[in-house]
Amino acid sequence: MARTRHWILRGLSHVDGILLVLVLLLLGISLAVVASASGQSPARISGHLVNMGLALLVMVMVANVPPHLLSKVGPPLYVAGVVLLVGVALFGEIRNGARRWLDLGFMAFQPSELLKLALPLMLAWYFQRNEAVLRAKHFTIGGVLLLVPFVLILRQPDLGTALMIGASGFYLLFFAGLPWKVILGGAALGGASLPVVWGLMHDYQQRRVLTLLDPSSDPLGAGYHIIQSTIAIGSGGLFGKGWMQGTQNQLDFIPERTTDFIFAVFGEEFGYAGAILLVVLYLAIVARGLVIAARAPTLFGRLMAATLSLNLFTYVFVNMGMVSGILPVVGVPLPLMSYGGTALVTLLLGMGIVMSVATHRQLNKS
Amino acid sequence: MRLATPLKNLDRELARFHGRLKAGAAFVLLLAATLLGRAFYLQIMQHEYYIQRAESNRISLVPVAPNRGLILDRKDRILAENYSAYTLELARAQPRDLETMLAEVGKLIEITPGELRRFRRLLAESHEFETVPLKSKLTDEEVAILAANHYRLPGVEVKARLFRNYQAGPGMAHVVGFIGRINDRDLKGLRESGREQNYRGTVHIGKTGLEQSYETILHGRTGFNQMETDASGRAVRALSRIPPVPGKDLRLYLDAELQAVAEHAFGDYTGGLVALDPNTGGVLALVSKPGFDPNLFVDGIDPETWKALNESPERPMVNRVLRGIYPPGSTIKPFMGLAGLELGVRKPGDSIVDPGYFSLPNSSHQYRDWKRGGHGIVDLRKAIAQSCDTYFYKLAVDMGIDRMHDYLAKFSLGERTGIDLDGESPGLLPSRDWKQRRWKQIWYPGETVIAGIGQGYHLTTPLQLATATAMLANGGKRIEPRLVQAVRDPLTHVWQAQPVVVRGQLALKPEDLAVVRQGMMDAMRPGGTASAAAAGAPYTIAGKTGTAQVVGIKQGARYDASRLSRQYRDHALFIAYAPAENPTIVVAVMVENGGHGGSTAAPIARAVFDFYLTGKRPGNMKLEGSDGSD
Repeated sequence: MARTRHWILRGLSHVDGILLVLVLLLLGISLAVVASASGQSPARISGHLVNMGLALLVMVMVANVPPHLLSKVGPPLYVAGVVLLVGVALFGEIRNGARRWLDLGFMAFQPSELLKLALPLMLAWYFQRNEAVLRAKHFTIGGVLLLVPFVLILRQPDLGTALMIGASGFYLLFFAGLPWKVILGGAALGGASLPVVWGLMHDYQQRRVLTLLDPSSDPLGAGYHIIQSTIAIGSGGLFGKGWMQGTQNQLDFIPERTTDFIFAVFGEEFGYAGAILLVVLYLAIVARGLVIAARAPTLFGRLMAATLSLNLFTYVFVNMGMVSGILPVVGVPLPLMSYGGTALVTLLLGMGIVMSVATHRQLNKS
Repeated sequence: MRLATPLKNLDRELARFHGRLKAGAAFVLLLAATLLGRAFYLQIMQHEYYIQRAESNRISLVPVAPNRGLILDRKDRILAENYSAYTLELARAQPRDLETMLAEVGKLIEITPGELRRFRRLLAESHEFETVPLKSKLTDEEVAILAANHYRLPGVEVKARLFRNYQAGPGMAHVVGFIGRINDRDLKGLRESGREQNYRGTVHIGKTGLEQSYETILHGRTGFNQMETDASGRAVRALSRIPPVPGKDLRLYLDAELQAVAEHAFGDYTGGLVALDPNTGGVLALVSKPGFDPNLFVDGIDPETWKALNESPERPMVNRVLRGIYPPGSTIKPFMGLAGLELGVRKPGDSIVDPGYFSLPNSSHQYRDWKRGGHGIVDLRKAIAQSCDTYFYKLAVDMGIDRMHDYLAKFSLGERTGIDLDGESPGLLPSRDWKQRRWKQIWYPGETVIAGIGQGYHLTTPLQLATATAMLANGGKRIEPRLVQAVRDPLTHVWQAQPVVVRGQLALKPEDLAVVRQGMMDAMRPGGTASAAAAGAPYTIAGKTGTAQVVGIKQGARYDASRLSRQYRDHALFIAYAPAENPTIVVAVMVENGGHGGSTAAPIARAVFDFYLTGKRPGNMKLEGSDGSD
């Protein structure tokens, strides 16, 4: 008994208190909003609780793994991810016109999900390994490591995920010291190549962008989601309509409202005040993550903590931007808020890595 | 290799990393500001707009169709009423293949080929978001079967609908008319008259008869339920309600029993009859035979039945009283006579010698009287009673076509009477001007001669003849015929009488009118053209027979009814009023291919008079011949 408690306490000692409180606050809000959005469906709520428990457990476990061990997972995970992506390209299942899924017999699996962590881990491991001799060559190789999964996912086609994974890789290169002139040159090149990218985009991707620019052009089709979610958010006003009082939510007008569009429910019921609170909580997590990065003793730790923090906020931005109608509809959940096990586990796994970095400072040095 | 590479300055690297962290933090703050800026725009600046959008999302107005007004006869017998029944309807936008769905439904309940044909026709006419009825008047069992299988029949709906029942049968079809589903043309009409909003939720609209002409009164005002609805349009709860105002009920002048008597009196003849109250213009009976079953049309008629009705040689869909136009023949003679007296062309005592024919000066052409050898010495009274053609040939020539036209026009001949039904024909009252305009031809004197006995270009409807006859009966008052006597407010239940519309009063010298009336009374007495039809009547009738030619008879040939097949026989006409001293009813009858007015048309009028004036109901009506020819 005492032994068990000892192990639990030891396990919890690697948990960063500030991050844990912030995460739990967001999960608490999420529980309330999912309850409202699902019409208090017991199945949804209990499912959400189970997902949370599982994800928190994973987080605590990962937090206990020292960073140098975590970094070793990078290369095999990355290789496995890329191999699976190639497998998807060759044998993948087509759903909704895109080849994203790999049927493993017992479950369908999206390898691109794996790359969300594997790519930063891989890059961080690589830069850590070459820390002392870092120069242009390593950034070039880093760039190739980034581009391989990016292109494979882009070809599925899954522009949204490709961009998110590309962003995480880019953040890592950025924190590793990618020269500004390369960044700015790349941005200029990217801007110039936009028309080319437009030409390469699939019809449905082009349509999404077009509906974003003018949702009213297709009010019953693709524009419907954006129109209804902006109505929900806008009608929330300063303090919102109150929990479980959102008419857009309760009367089914918001699509996908426990998952990707949960911010619309939140914005309708808790208003602008709620939105500020939510953004501040996310900013607090990012801030804590950046502080941990600043204090991290190793390059791997610094890169991972900084990248994962920025990455989290990128998800927040893309999701909330999409739901409030300033970004195209891409299937990105709102971190810690949306219902869904895989995303939550991936996310808290990342939090676990940050916590590991935060709590293994002394150990690593010794 | 590795050793040759210069080692990095760790402190410098760390400082650069911290710089990058600051850049990253700035980037995140920029993103956060963007998000909050957008939220500020939506939730604070545009809040009013979006709250309105959310409300209009949430709240929908569900129209509640009003109950249609009833149509009652003068004794409040129901001619048109409502009932609600379940119908099976299919959404036009089908989630599944329509044919499969029809087959599925057909396995559950019986769908007749007629219903299927009707469905396909309605489908072609329907709009995108409508449901199309497949089967009406479902039995309780069918409703139960469909309800039990509802889950696997998406797009199939069982709806409670209001229907119209015309229990008075085919005889009333031309009066009451029928309602039918609102089609594109109706919708356009409603839109143009600004009534579209009031028809939200209404499926039917009056198509013919009173249902059409009193549509706005019968329909009522649509109510609205303000409902909270979810995204799929399902009502969640009612917020407020504006109740519908039912349509007004109509009470007719018409007596359904009298109508039945008149219809029965026709036997297997086709034709038209209209009975008017000469003092009010009230239509007491309006028969157009054959009729049809108006109930067939209420929920859409199937194409084959429609084709059969529309193409039947008996033309059951044509209202003969309003739209059937015939030469008035000898029924014009009382009016011609009155015109002669009033215009001073003849005096009541003036008489002619009838040799059996009339010739224009300097012409050898003989316009023959129907009676060989003529009627001898004839004055106006005798000329009307015996329907002497020669008298009226001469009168017409002495009067001239222009004066004849102008005077007869005062009897609503050649114009619509103004009855409260749509689609009335104006007939045709010829004149020199008309012929010039229509045919670019001059008027020939011979045309005036035959116009004197109601032949040539002149065409009238039975309704016009009745309206004109009513003026003889009431002393020259021109009253618009009316079917509807009173309208009942659905909320107060008070009957409000409809006004009697008098279009004009003809100033007639009583002695002139008396001569014409005497002539018409004589026509019903022994020696008159319709005496047999009046035999034994406990009241006096004033009447006039007539014949409308169907085929032209060559000069020199004789018309012999017995040698002509029935469809080429002349149409028999009869106009009359009774009691002659104080008329309360006027009748105009047209019997198609009935031959002589006295023998077929007059007895029908007699049956109507008998029932109306004495309450005598015909047993098995027997049509008796008359002694006179036309």
